[in-house]
Amino acid sequence: MDEAAVRAEVRAWLEAHWDPERGLVAWRHMLAESGWGVPHWPREWYGRDLPVGLVPVVEEEFRRIGAVGVAKAGIRMLAAATILAHGTRLHKERFLRRILTGEDTWCQLFSEPGSGSDVAAAVTRAEFRGNRWVINGQKVWTTSAHHADWGLLLARTDWDRPKHKGLSFFIIDMRQPGVEARPLRQMNGYASFNQVFLTDAEVPPEFLVGEVGEGWAVATTTLMHERRGADALRSWALGSDRPGRIYEEERAEIATVMEPYRWYPQRAGRVDLVMERARAAGRLGDPVLRQEIAKLLTLSRAAEWLARRARTAQEQGRPQGPEGSLGKLVASHVARAAARVHTQIAGADALLSGEDGPMGGLIAEILLSVPATSIAGGTDEIQRNIIAERVLRMPKEPNPDADRPFREVPRNAVS
Amino acid sequence: MKFGFSREQEEFRSNLRRFLAERSPPSEVRRLMETEAGWEREGWRRANAALGLTALRIPEAHGGQGFGFGELCIVLEEMGRVLLCAPYFATAVLATGAILNAGTEEQKRALLPGIASGETVATLAFAEDAGRWDAAATTLAATPAGGGRWRLDGHKSFVLDGHTADLIVVLARGPGSAGEEGLSLFTVPGDAPGLERRPLRTIDMTRKLARLTFRGVEAAPLGAPGGAAAPFARTMLEAAVCLANEMVGGAERLREDALAYAKMRVQFGRPVASFQSMKHKAADMLVDVELAKAAAYYAAAALDEDDAELPAIASLAKACAADAYMQTAIHAIQIHGGIGFTWDNDTHLWFRRAKGSEVLFGDAHHHRELMMRHWAA
Ligand SMILES: Cc1cc2nc3c(=O)[nH]c(=O)nc-3n(C[C@H](O)[C@H](O)[C@H](O)COP(=O)(O)OP(=O)(O)OC[C@H]3O[C@@H](n4cnc5c(N)ncnc54)[C@H](O)[C@@H]3O)c2cc1C
Repeated sequence: MDEAAVRAEVRAWLEAHWDPERGLVAWRHMLAESGWGVPHWPREWYGRDLPVGLVPVVEEEFRRIGAVGVAKAGIRMLAAATILAHGTRLHKERFLRRILTGEDTWCQLFSEPGSGSDVAAAVTRAEFRGNRWVINGQKVWTTSAHHADWGLLLARTDWDRPKHKGLSFFIIDMRQPGVEARPLRQMNGYASFNQVFLTDAEVPPEFLVGEVGEGWAVATTTLMHERRGADALRSWALGSDRPGRIYEEERAEIATVMEPYRWYPQRAGRVDLVMERARAAGRLGDPVLRQEIAKLLTLSRAAEWLARRARTAQEQGRPQGPEGSLGKLVASHVARAAARVHTQIAGADALLSGEDGPMGGLIAEILLSVPATSIAGGTDEIQRNIIAERVLRMPKEPNPDADRPFREVPRNAVS
Repeated sequence: MKFGFSREQEEFRSNLRRFLAERSPPSEVRRLMETEAGWEREGWRRANAALGLTALRIPEAHGGQGFGFGELCIVLEEMGRVLLCAPYFATAVLATGAILNAGTEEQKRALLPGIASGETVATLAFAEDAGRWDAAATTLAATPAGGGRWRLDGHKSFVLDGHTADLIVVLARGPGSAGEEGLSLFTVPGDAPGLERRPLRTIDMTRKLARLTFRGVEAAPLGAPGGAAAPFARTMLEAAVCLANEMVGGAERLREDALAYAKMRVQFGRPVASFQSMKHKAADMLVDVELAKAAAYYAAAALDEDDAELPAIASLAKACAADAYMQTAIHAIQIHGGIGFTWDNDTHLWFRRAKGSEVLFGDAHHHRELMMRHWAA
């Protein structure tokens, strides 16, 4: 199917069905049924089997008419990708549609106090007792755990095997007595991530994803999608200020379950604001600032095109070149460069925050949120290691733990 | 030029470091930064009296100790290290500098002893809403009111401790003047009628700023009316050098804390400090901070010796410290990983100070330009 045909078809469908006075969830059910919400997904599961490269065409048509899409922001899409790749028919039936409609919210229970970069060193314990899995341990930095209905859980099921081989992957009901989420405040003032305490929490056997002991492979899928998606964060939770019931419902969603992600566009640096800020400050003629803005735009536009190249390769069924692995690291560079330029434009006003600060505190929020970009979803250092070892095939760091039973591996005292 | 610390100075520093570490742990910084004032009078008065900090560079004739910038910058570096929440920079650098540089003997006699003893907390109000740090941008209007008194109308912003200071030195513009002409300094009591003071919300919660509105506020001139440009410019050079020294104190602390964390934190079965990329980052941070320290120390000596290159050196030190502090703060959060992004971890307190100090008195681009104006002239 070519671009023009897709465009014509989605446009006709939207013109026939889009109505801003419809309810948000009802509309998203229609999107799920028509396949236009996630057109690159399989036909069997709410998609249309379209090549990824044509998704932007569909998105453009949505924007043109102002149509709201399926729920996309947050961990939900990582959950969906993981379930599509490794889930059973039951998982797909049970979870995918409610992910798209926004009726369920998800979180990712990977990191622990003792294991972040080395996430495969998780020590949260899953034991099969009677007819169910019983989970004990502690997770940390779990974004939106306090809103989540379901969690993607990485836990250890075998302590005698090497660390990567003793892990299993579960879908856990977050709304049960054995799960307690305690919000953690961040340096930017938000509290979107949590400590999660799991005390005899239960998982039914059918909510195991993949085989017992193969949790690492499943988690790798989740992480790969998280890193590939790093580029998309900049548009999360922006919403629309248009009138109409569906927009109102979307704004309400952004204010509640999407609240943890309110600062995500700021974390990506808000390159979109740079030109308008410089113009408003009367600084567009400043030759030093012009150079810095030009450098930032070079980086950020090239980053977009890099991401697009990766998508195109995928669309044409070619193996992705290195461009597919670089996006997350590049997103950190963009965010940091944007923070520098925003500081430069703001000048003395960069001292101020909240209502006294530029754009009602938004600029301060950028400056205090950008540091998350190079940490969340795998640090820049880990991304560089991945690029060096997996893309460039440089010799790996010696890893004495690879074949040792996990119980013998040295770990943090505090965990 | 004498460049290097004497035994006495080193001793002074280590005593001060011990004192400040005890008096201003992060828990105390967090307590004070949440208050509107940002510091506490009783506590500050006692601390100041114990060490004679505000007296340090005030001449003995005016109740001070008569030390130079070498000593003052040691104090600022150590205060920057612990993010001390006190009106020291405003009082001992800005207001004291303005009075010493602009005031008549009589005015010094009247104003300085109170500052030296710690009774008077003072500040300097010069920038305005436009956020420019140069004197030429001044718009606040001064009109003669007879009997040697003046009236001030207008506003000031970004005033360090402006809402709590007892005495405010104000830069204002005489009728019909423009540019660097017609500028005068005045003193105004903090509770003067017609003066409205509003604390501003700041990224760096440990350094409080205020916006001041003047409506017919009666003021006494400081120095010769119309002649403030030169003493003000000198005060700004001092401020840039002092801030650079304060900044390198904070940067060094961040660097040390991040390194200590990296040595302790285990991932992949080994301390993260054992990864070569961490070692390189740590080495780069050391280079950045040591270069900035060298520049800051040299600039302090240049102030004491009134070096001919001082304007360029002061700006060099400020720009160098700004870049080093910000870069160190970015690395420090990165080295801490997720925990570095939390409110409860202390790293962001220094990150905020680095961000605020980066733009206070002009960012690195501004100072590099000033440097070039001097050297390329
Ligand atoms: C905003 C935010 C949201 C998050 N949301 C979630 C979430 O929803 N779910 C979840 O599970 N986790 C989440 N995280 C956690 C995140 O994935 C971890 O913080 C991250 O992987 C780093 O782990 P760590 O914090 O333990 O740091 P550490 O792994 O302890 O890293 C400390 C430092 O050591 C460096 N380092 C570690 N290993 C190496 C190495 N091999 N070579 C070189 N340097 C190394 C790191 O780069 C870092 O600089 C979130 C984090 C943030 C900041």
